Amino acid sequence: MPTDPWLAHIVSKFESEILADWIQHQLAADTLRRDLMSEAELVEQSRAFLGLLREAVQKGNLADTTGPEWTPVREMLACVSRARAKQGFTASETATFVFSLKQPLFARLRGEVGTDVDALGDAVWRTTVLLDKLGLYTAESYQKGREEVIARQQQEMMELSTPVVKLWEGILALPLIGTLDSARTQIVMENLLERIVETGASIAIIDITGVPTVDTLVAQHLLKTVAAARLMGADCIISGIRPQIAQTIVHLGVELTNVITKATLADAFTVALERTGATIAPRSGHV
Amino acid sequence: MAVVKHETREIRSAEDIVLVRQAVRAWAIELGFRLVDQTKLVTAASELARNIVDYGGGGTVVIEALNDAERRGLRLRFEDHGPGIEDVDTALRDGYTTGGGLGLGLGGARRLVNEFEIVSAPGRGTRVTITRWR
Ligand SMILES: Nc1ncnc2c1ncn2[C@@H]1O[C@H](COP(=O)(O)OP(=O)(O)OP(=O)(O)O)[C@@H](O)[C@H]1O
Ligand SMILES: [Mg+2]
Repeated sequence: MPTDPWLAHIVSKFESEILADWIQHQLAADTLRRDLMSEAELVEQSRAFLGLLREAVQKGNLADTTGPEWTPVREMLACVSRARAKQGFTASETATFVFSLKQPLFARLRGEVGTDVDALGDAVWRTTVLLDKLGLYTAESYQKGREEVIARQQQEMMELSTPVVKLWEGILALPLIGTLDSARTQIVMENLLERIVETGASIAIIDITGVPTVDTLVAQHLLKTVAAARLMGADCIISGIRPQIAQTIVHLGVELTNVITKATLADAFTVALERTGATIAPRSGHV
Repeated sequence: MAVVKHETREIRSAEDIVLVRQAVRAWAIELGFRLVDQTKLVTAASELARNIVDYGGGGTVVIEALNDAERRGLRLRFEDHGPGIEDVDTALRDGYTTGGGLGLGLGGARRLVNEFEIVSAPGRGTRVTITRWR
């Protein structure tokens, strides 16, 4: 089906009136989110979209919005929908952007086509089919945007924060914060081993205060790292073992008997200082 | 005994294991479990969820809050339709692993809960049900 002559006619002749109508509809709709988007932004988006729609309707095939004439329209919708997904709009609030254009277009069609009922019916039908397609496309793009948001959140959830810090000459600490389920855990542990070599440290404290659950996978990572560090001449102390974690580890059957463990990082540091021959003494003025 | 509330979750990836732990933690807190018991349940859940990802080819967990006259509890049913376990007693033995793990997951999970039931049929899948009472 080629373009609809009436639709092409009204969007050229009444572009600014339709824009004004449409913006009014959007501002009055209960799906409006003033908290998420300013009126100026809404006006700008609407103006840009209507301009692109006019161009596509003039040359494009209304039945097939996947064609090249529709590319700018699709790109703009994808962009708007994804942005709204990230801003926190719901799917229907986002789709309203397209659907709310129906009423202003129908009103103009009625005004222009006049009393030719068949022509009016055709024009309204084609317009409604067109906007439904674009609305669906909006919903799909919104969905993609949501999936991106979720994927990013999952990424963040799996992230392990892992700076190796030098606490003292010969003493390194790795405060683990996060979950140890991802493949990155391996890298973090290797990183610690590399730093042991670089600094010639003889003691590394692995603090698991920030690790919510210690299961067999976490235990295995810890045991492997301790064993590898030992081969390189460094002892590891595992700190941050809270009472509930200690009990759970015992029930799991994980053997930590060959590993020095401490309740807190401070306890571990004291042990590490003793072992490296350093001591903490009160300053002479306070004795 | 009545099931007061239940929820089903998919377990396919490492991310899902984290989400299962978070869900079990939230339920255990809601039921008023002490911190130690929350931790035991969450850890057992982590083991069984990871076995589903590592060996079961993905599956589900059904989380149920239980209530009877004297006590409240949380029941978790982990189910997959993977290869199943040939010999359950062997799999439960500490140190037995076919995947290069510590081989402590199943046995450990059993020790962390009050009730533990495993049903597995080679070629059909595995179902592990654990319950912890408050
Ligand atoms: N859902 C399952 N489907 C098929 N096989 C399983 C399943 N769960 C466990 N197994 C088998 O039982 C063995 C023992 O499981 P268990 O969880 O005790 O140890 P693991 O997973 O090998 O190591 P760990 O849990 O200590 O990291 C596994 O190696 C695997 O062969
Ligand atoms: Mg396991």
